[in-house]
Parts: sequence; C-alpha cells; structure tokens
Amino acid sequence: MAGEDIYGSPEHQAFRAATRKFVQTELAPRAREFDEAGRPDKAIFRRLGEMGLLGIRYDPKYGGQGLDYSYHAVFLEELTLCDNAGVGMGVSVQTDMATPALARFGSEALKERYLVPAIRGEHVAAIAVTEPGAGSDVAGIKTRAVRDGDWWVINGSKMFITNTANADWLCLLAVTDPAAGYHGYTQIIVPTDTPGFSYRLLDKIGNRGSDTGLLFFDDVRVPVANTIGDANRGFQQQMNQFQDERMVPVVAGPVAARRLWELTLEHAQQRVAFGKPLAKMQVNRFKFVEMMIQITAAQEVAHRCIRKMVAGEDVTLDVSMAKVFVANMKQYVATTCVQLFGGSGYIRENPAARAYVDWRLGTIGGGADEVMKEVAAKLLRI
Amino acid sequence: MKILVAIKQVPDTATQVKVGGDGKSIDTAGITWIVSPYDEYAVEEALRIKEKRGQGEVVAISLGPDRVREALRSCLAMGCDRAIHLNDAAWSAVDTLATARALAAVVTQEAPQLVLCGRQAIDDDMGAVTAQLAELLGWPCAYWIMEEAVDADGKTVRAARQVEGGLEVFDLPLPAVLAAQKGLNEPRYPTLKGIMGAKKKEIKDVKAADLGLGAEPAQLAVLGLEALPPRPPGRIIEGDVPSAVKELVRALREDAKAI
Repeated sequence: MAGEDIYGSPEHQAFRAATRKFVQTELAPRAREFDEAGRPDKAIFRRLGEMGLLGIRYDPKYGGQGLDYSYHAVFLEELTLCDNAGVGMGVSVQTDMATPALARFGSEALKERYLVPAIRGEHVAAIAVTEPGAGSDVAGIKTRAVRDGDWWVINGSKMFITNTANADWLCLLAVTDPAAGYHGYTQIIVPTDTPGFSYRLLDKIGNRGSDTGLLFFDDVRVPVANTIGDANRGFQQQMNQFQDERMVPVVAGPVAARRLWELTLEHAQQRVAFGKPLAKMQVNRFKFVEMMIQITAAQEVAHRCIRKMVAGEDVTLDVSMAKVFVANMKQYVATTCVQLFGGSGYIRENPAARAYVDWRLGTIGGGADEVMKEVAAKLLRI
Repeated sequence: MKILVAIKQVPDTATQVKVGGDGKSIDTAGITWIVSPYDEYAVEEALRIKEKRGQGEVVAISLGPDRVREALRSCLAMGCDRAIHLNDAAWSAVDTLATARALAAVVTQEAPQLVLCGRQAIDDDMGAVTAQLAELLGWPCAYWIMEEAVDADGKTVRAARQVEGGLEVFDLPLPAVLAAQKGLNEPRYPTLKGIMGAKKKEIKDVKAADLGLGAEPAQLAVLGLEALPPRPPGRIIEGDVPSAVKELVRALREDAKAI
C-alpha cells in the first residue's frame, strides 16, 4: 500500500481499523439526518473526544494523545468516509482550524479552560476570521477589539463561519491596532454565550451537514486573558494555523475522490447501455483511467505533505500547491462521475451529485486557489 | 478475578470468501482479518466484569498462525491485560477438539475463575469449542448468554441465555465457561490510547510442547468446500398490467411453486 512509510505500522493499522469502524457505525448511517438538521448532533463531538480523536497531536497534559501528524492523517482520511462532507468539515474545524493556535501559543490557563474541553468534545470550537468584506484578503478584516481595562470590547461581524450554531467558543481574529499593519491583529477566544454575540445561519448549496453562519459582535466583552499568545501577533499566529487548515482537504481529498471513483465504477460496471456495461466502452474506460491518474498523483502529493508535517518541516509551499491540485482534481472527478451516472447523477442523494456541490467549495474555502497561488508565487520568488 | 477470553481471528464479515485452489480451504489472499464479532462481546464483558469489581486480570487467548497476533493486539487495545498466542505448526490443521484441548491446557495453567468465548466463530460457525473446552475441564457451561452477573464473592455467576421468546436463567458455580450472544453488550472501540498502550503489553507465544501436547491427528477432516451456486437471474414480465399480473401469478404457482 502506498504511504507504508508514513502510516504502515501495526499501530497505524489498528488505529485505522478502529476509526473506520467508529465512523462507519456511528457517523455514516446518520449522514442524512445531519444533512436535514443542517449540522451534526453535538453529541458526536463527545464520542469523538472519548475515542481520543479530537486531540491526536496535542499534549497529553491537556488530554491529547501526543502523537505525530501521521496518526492525525489516518483520522482525517477515515473521517472523510463518513458520507457527509459537512460533518467532516465541522469536525476538522475543531481539530485543525480553531484549536492549533491555542495549543501552540495559548497560556496554560487558557488551554486548561478551552483546549481541554475541546479535546474531550465537551466544547465545540469555530474559527472566525473571514468577514463579509474580507476573506482571501485576511488583512482587510474590520472587526475591532478595543481594550477597556482587563476587557476586550469587540464589534464587527464574521462570515461563512462553520460550526456557528454548535460552537461553544470562537477563535476570533480581530484588529487591535489599526495603525500597525500586520502587527495589529489579535487572536481572542470568545465564548458564544457572551452577551452581544448573535448569529444567522446561511443556506449553502453543499456541505449541508454543517452549520455555517454570519456572526455579529455588538459590544461583546471578553477578558484580555482570553488573548491567544501575544496581542498584535494574531495575524502571524493565524497564518501559521492556516497551514493546519489547508492540510485537511489535501489529506482527505484523494481518499474521498477514490471512494467516489469506486462507487461510480461499480455503477458503470452494472449499467448497460447499447448492449454493454458503460465500463466496457472505451470512452468511459479512459475516463476512469484519467481520473485515477489524477487521484493517484494527488495521493502522492498528500503523502509528501504528510511526511513533511511528521518531520516538522515548513509545509507552506507544498500545502499551498497541493490544496490547489487536490481541490481541482476533486471537482474534475465529481463532474466526470456525475456524467457517468447520467440522470441519477443529478439527483441529490446520488454520491456524485453530493460531491459535485460539496466539493465546489474546495477551490474557495480555507484559502481560495488565487490566494494559494499568490502564496506559492511569493515562496517560489516569481 | 482472573478471566480468560478465547477469541478467534476470522475474515471480515464484508469479505467475499472464495474457495482456495485445494478445494478444501478458503483463498486467504487479500482478506481483512478481524476478531470474530461474538468473541468481541466476550472481550467486552470480561472487561466490564473487571471494571465493575475494580480489580482483576483479563487474558486474551487465541490459536492460529502469525497473523493472529493482530487480533490479540486488538483485544489488548480494547483493554485486555495480556495475551497468549498458541502458535505452532503442530496446530496448522487443528479441528475443534484439538483446539479445545490446547485451550484447556492453558486454562489449567492459568487457573482463571471464568472463561468467556463467543457463541460461535463466524467463519465456520461450528460453535463447538466452548462446549468441548468446558467438558475437558469438567466445568459448567452456558451458551448464548445475554446477561451475566458474577456474585460479590466471585463464587458463582448468574447467567441468562437466550431461548425462544425469553431468557433462561442459571446459577453456575465458578469456575465456569460462558459463551456470549449478540446483545450481551455493545463492545467498545479500541481508543487511540488503548492502541498505543497495547504495544507495551505482552503477547506470549506458546508452543504445543510448552503445554505437554504433541501433534494430534484431526478427527474432523474437511473433504471439500463448495461455493453456493450463483443465483439465477431475475425475470421481467412485460406487457400491460392485467396480463402481466396473470402471468406473474401463473409463474409463481407453476414455475416457482411459491403459491
């Protein structure tokens, strides 16, 4: 099996088997239910916490498992087979997007208060960076946090925030020194039961099993002690946290695409048209091979990134390029599979139809292709 | 209280089993192996008994080739304290009785108060080893257990077995052998912590000679395995509804003899 060097040990295999069983028994059968509810049942976070899956990389001091990224990669690969892209997204927001900065830069007291319950699955976390007026251009955010003694007073709004309704706290990025450029942003933990906070959910075309919303902050007061790391270092800390976020679709994408490929092939082998199965027609056989070329290449690219994460190397260039490659590969696979399914591929419950809308987000969320290419261009000194 | 759980490694329930080239065994290429599901209930119950009593030891045991270590490791990951692997060429073609004999020899050495097994392994569905083991030991035995309660002194166990329409309840003096039925509990998944912890737990390799046993000729020989005949294809009855229904009823009555 490819990736033997990264996650081929008996422990990795045992972990994969246990995670698969859990995902296939407790999450996948409820995929439609979560879609209808528009979010995962919060109880699944607690179950994931009990299984030790929400803090694989984190220090055992805070309830984590203290393991390297390879184990986390196994988790992300299995999680993506839960048959609900929205749920996978919601969970990975907790593990890879809203908590890494807290784990890396947070004070002891802050980690005790917010990281420990997040790892246990008692708290759900969300990452609040994007705004109605600024997504790709992170530096353009306007939400302000102003010091008032021992308090931050927050005003503004955040947009397209996943885990909106489920979240117990947010990892918020706010402007704290407008004159200081990149050195004027701060990451602050905002409990969602703080007065002045409210939200509205958004009606997405895909990833319907996750609760994505628009957040409002109206004189929201939180203690200055809720600052993650150093005040005014928020932009840099968030850029660091983005690398974890961008790894998620890179790791999960090739596995999800392969699964859709398999389901579609099964269909093409059974579906007879003009006297023979679709999969026996050269035009379709080539489609499957062409897709597999892309999936295999993406899988290797993902393995390269995972290896670097395990080794603790800077992945910024690799993950930026990989995210673009994987997201486009997935969109190409999804639209090709819709075509192969024909009419049934246009019915919502069809896996290709779901992938078609779910995966459209890939080139937008977590850093749009255009931003990823800018990052890569800078690092390649173009 | 020491509890011994006998488990068997079997092909994953999702496996499409194929008959091997010799016509007497299955083709094991590409098979994913798991702990037989009924045995998982036994492991879970043993762990619960230990947890409830706040002390004790749970030992997993299995007979089979090298690959069986993985199944034992999975039991250790669930929480068993140690494992015993009966792994010897002398056992390469064992039948249920020889398996029971080997297990009985280990039970005699280990002297647990309770042995738990699954009601049957899901590969060959023999369901014989548990009874044979109890017989060889001279211990009481109850099959298809849905509930159990070991008394506070660890002297007896009350076991309820599934029967048609209800439960049949027994009190068995310990030591005893119980065989778990589905519904006894909901087995836990091995946690990541358990999986990493299992690395440090002992899996003892035991040979036939260690138990004073030699190669025993199997009393049960498999003469051949046959795959089920492929299902005949379905038939679509064409035509308008009244005549199609008429034809359907005729076909059910005369061809299928179903009505």
